[in-house]
Amino acid sequence: MLLVETTNLTKRYGPRAVVDHVGLQVRRGEVYGFLGPNGAGKTTTLRLLLGLVRPSSGTARVLGAAPGAPAALARIGMLVEAPAFYPYLSGRDNLRVFARYASVPDAKVEEVLETVDLADRAKDRASSYSLGMKQRLGVAAALLKNPELLIVDEPTNGLDPAGMAEMRAMLRRLGTGGHTVLLSSHLLGEVQQVCDRVGVINEGKLLRQGTVDELRGHGGLRVAAEPLHQARRVAERLFGAERVRVHDGTLRLDVDDAQAPRINHELVCAGVAVRSMGWHQPSLEDLFFELTTRRNGGPS
Amino acid sequence: MIASFHAELLKLARRPATWLIAGVWMTLSLMFGYVFPYFSYRGTPTGPSTGADLGERVLSEALPAALVPAAIQGFPLFAGALALLLGVLTTGGEYGWDTMKVLLTLGPRRLSVLAGKLLALTLVMLLVVLATFVLDSAASLLVASVTGNPVAWPPIGPLITGVAGGWLVVAMWCLAGAFLGILVRGTALGVGIGLVWALAVENLLRIFGSIVAVVDVVQRVLPGTNAGALAAALGVPVQGQPGGTPGVTDVVGGRSAALALVAYLAIFVAASAALISRRDIA
Repeated sequence: MLLVETTNLTKRYGPRAVVDHVGLQVRRGEVYGFLGPNGAGKTTTLRLLLGLVRPSSGTARVLGAAPGAPAALARIGMLVEAPAFYPYLSGRDNLRVFARYASVPDAKVEEVLETVDLADRAKDRASSYSLGMKQRLGVAAALLKNPELLIVDEPTNGLDPAGMAEMRAMLRRLGTGGHTVLLSSHLLGEVQQVCDRVGVINEGKLLRQGTVDELRGHGGLRVAAEPLHQARRVAERLFGAERVRVHDGTLRLDVDDAQAPRINHELVCAGVAVRSMGWHQPSLEDLFFELTTRRNGGPS
Repeated sequence: MIASFHAELLKLARRPATWLIAGVWMTLSLMFGYVFPYFSYRGTPTGPSTGADLGERVLSEALPAALVPAAIQGFPLFAGALALLLGVLTTGGEYGWDTMKVLLTLGPRRLSVLAGKLLALTLVMLLVVLATFVLDSAASLLVASVTGNPVAWPPIGPLITGVAGGWLVVAMWCLAGAFLGILVRGTALGVGIGLVWALAVENLLRIFGSIVAVVDVVQRVLPGTNAGALAAALGVPVQGQPGGTPGVTDVVGGRSAALALVAYLAIFVAASAALISRRDIA
């Protein structure tokens, strides 16, 4: 079942489309990674889903309702960009204020403070918190409503390595605990570690969406040979042009690794010097850079 | 809306700025309503007595019978400016701290969030007005006992009218501030514009209004003029007369002034609602 579904969702500021015909699909119970470089349109998309920003065109359904509908908002927890608090209030009072807005009993405040391990510092002013503590308080605020859907934007920004690991573990726990998590990040490792499915966005367009394995593909043979153009001709004759491409000065062959001896033999027979040959499984990072640099006019 | 109202009251009660503004308000009310009149009557070691007639008249304005005008005399000017300040801080602060995005994703509709906020502000204004009357009552009682004057309280009808009128004046300024905070999505600019308008522009227009006919027509519909006119209708001496109060004018009748202030309240609420409900929170 889809908890978030957008169709051609678009947001324009003047002539510029910040979010451009995005079709996002987040399924119940998964941790969905929304991956893209800074300025790709991730935060604006999340704001659209929360009803903070209105779309220029297209539609979105979040928990079966239009973005910003009170019935849906009551089941969503969010941490978009930096956590926001009243600096003159304590951590506990900040949560009490949010709990009142959300019509959540005060008892829940103590529960979420324990969850994020802030109970000891709850009486201190939020302005005195470290960045990591503020981030955890933000997560506590997002958990107040025991949300079905948790929308978090760059949750590890500014955290030290220990804080990052803790935050990722917490998100993973939430994902396996019946919550659905929509996580936006520009950190590839974070997404790969935490997420079940991933959407890659750049320049406002959702370029690819699927599981990490689906996006990475099944891999192929990488052959470093000279002269490259002659090696390419041989490979195309053997497997067809559609299964051969050149990337970073090497041949990428979309074939099974059992084909390695055959291609090696044919290349050598054709007078091509084979420098190396090996199985190549693209990482999410490879895919990310391939998708984003291609759109940015970089090499393909 | 009830949930938003309760949350807003908690924030206002815990916010140091609320207490600071209320404290400054009370202090100024006591200073201008009782301390200065008393010393004007008595004379001070560093200054001459103001003379028997003027001294007696000034003292009479600090006795319990004059509680209503004494308590609300500062409302059109300094209390109004402080109310405006609280309004701007309350709404503009949500943008400055970026908490508006949190509030609008917690569940209540945008207009419910706004309604809770404005309702809480008007309640705080009522509490501050009541506290001013209580404090000023004590001060007037003290002045009466120290000077040996009889204690005669104003009738309950004028007292209630005075509280209501004073509340209307400061609530109007407070919601004007709340609107400015939303309009400029911050505090600094809103406070600047609001205070320049309330303390400078309207007074300048009032001066030119006595010279230029069209300015006179315009100034009669302005919020500050009507706030001052309502205060005058409730017994506060008009600016320009001996012992007159800055910002208080009688160019508009009391009933018209009250209606104008209600109209301004409605305008500020409607304009705030339009901005909150239509704007993106980017």
